[in-house]
Amino acid sequence: MTAPVLEVRRVRKSFGGNLVLRDVDLAVEPHRVAALIGASGSGKSTLLRCINLLETVDDGVILLDGEDVTDPRVRADEVRRRIGMVFQAFNLFPHLSVLDNVTLAPRKVHGTDRRAAEEHARELLDRFGLAGKAAEYPDRLSGGQQQRVAIVRALATRPRLMLLDEVTSALDPELVTEVLAVIRQLKEDGMTMVIATHEMGFAREVADEVCFLDGGAVLERAAPERLFGAPIRPRTRQFLRRVTEAGRLAGAEAPAGHDGEVAEVPAPAEERSGPDVEAS
Amino acid sequence: MSGSLLGTVGAAGTAAGAPRGDDAYVPSPLQRERDRLRRRAAARSALVAAASTVVLGTLLWLVVTRSPGWPRVRESFFDWGYARRSFPSILRGLALNVRVMLVCEVVILVLGLVVAGCRTLRGAMFFPLRLLAAAYTDLFRGLPLILVILLLGLGVPGLRLQGLPDSTVFYGGAALVLTYSAYVAEVFRAGIDSVHPSQRAAARSLGLSNAQTMRYVVLPQAVRRVVPPLLNDLVSLQKDSGLVSILGAIDAVRAAGIETATSFNFTPYVVAGALFVLLTIPMTRLTDALGARAERRRGLGGAV
Repeated sequence: MTAPVLEVRRVRKSFGGNLVLRDVDLAVEPHRVAALIGASGSGKSTLLRCINLLETVDDGVILLDGEDVTDPRVRADEVRRRIGMVFQAFNLFPHLSVLDNVTLAPRKVHGTDRRAAEEHARELLDRFGLAGKAAEYPDRLSGGQQQRVAIVRALATRPRLMLLDEVTSALDPELVTEVLAVIRQLKEDGMTMVIATHEMGFAREVADEVCFLDGGAVLERAAPERLFGAPIRPRTRQFLRRVTEAGRLAGAEAPAGHDGEVAEVPAPAEERSGPDVEAS
Repeated sequence: MSGSLLGTVGAAGTAAGAPRGDDAYVPSPLQRERDRLRRRAAARSALVAAASTVVLGTLLWLVVTRSPGWPRVRESFFDWGYARRSFPSILRGLALNVRVMLVCEVVILVLGLVVAGCRTLRGAMFFPLRLLAAAYTDLFRGLPLILVILLLGLGVPGLRLQGLPDSTVFYGGAALVLTYSAYVAEVFRAGIDSVHPSQRAAARSLGLSNAQTMRYVVLPQAVRRVVPPLLNDLVSLQKDSGLVSILGAIDAVRAAGIETATSFNFTPYVVAGALFVLLTIPMTRLTDALGARAERRRGLGGAV
């Protein structure tokens, strides 16, 4: 067994007496993907924000490559440099062009000179179908393009670990597919990731391990086939059933909690996003 | 009318049923009718605007010129001869206003930004700076400008400190800077606070320090947002630059006063007033234009 990139041990966090994370455990080995699923408010985002030190934990330990980053003496900026984070609402800098959004951190934080930073940025933009968008401003892009730029921005600092916080929740179903295609590509590249998501089909496909969070606690942690195929806890079963029903009622692509239809979800996704990625 | 409109709706319905290429596009009868109605409405509002302006202008003119005291007032406030005679010295005075204004504007913008920056600093180390900045804005936003000018202009020279210039313009300008920087600092602070915390989170998650986040992410957005209120403060400063005359400097207002004192005719004041208005109009228009541009950029408005 290789040493995990990220290890979360018994992390607790509360906001004003409201316990949001209850003794959460998690471990992600290199090149592996962990998916966090659960209802809104179950603590997925808070856990990611704690890992990135955007929030301080109340108790417990978070280890990044074996280093305790929850130690108050640790320099938070140093830790964040090694982690890339992508947000639900993109959070691109509206006053900067796509290229400047992507090169800001490499240039100002990592001291890369402008030429090298821009070269690397263009390379990444090109890879994710955004070659023509370098000079554009974020508000001129579609939601899917903005989120892909946000992913490229996080990648540009060559992070050790990527945290994706419901990155498709603010997107139309059509745009979801193009963003998921990018994440799939990241996995193929061997990026270590923690993904909070509502896309069950995608979690099943891309994750090596799925954690079901409920009320701030990890209720079930298992390989996707096991967790989606044969959930043990009644609460997990109930959640998956509700998600499936909601998907059907909304006429969406039905990210199902059971076998069969799940595997089919990603296929049309790739077909649809393929030409779009090349065109843009 | 309603019958013909119904007819056109029917025609548009059939046209929409058979989509054509853009080249072959001909507006439907319904759309042509709408365009005609809109053109007519636009012509009518232009006519109404012109007519009401003429009526109101004529009314005002009649009320003023028919008033019993008008001949006396015209003589003592609108005398062309006095206006021409006083114009050169008032213009010389105005040059002082412009100089004070330009220098003060630059210093105010810098000082305001520094004070606003101090108020947003975090960390225990910066507590005294935060406190000082807060006390400064509280004090100088509360003090009347005239008092600041008098206290500074009459009090500080009394200290006989070495190295300070003894010109009244310097102390007047310093008072303007102290008062206006407090206002401008609050404008900047409002702009900084208006940048959404998620922008800060995104910047910090990339590894940028608090200072870098401020410099590259928060401030550029904050400053853009507060340009209209900032220009508003600068327009106000243009007028208040005249207050340096309290200490004895000869600006446009004081020059007009001197002319008036020798002739007992108030036309010079009107001349000075007109010049101030001419000075502020470009600034006001610029404010409006920038606001309109921001609005267009956001693409707001729509049909309303």
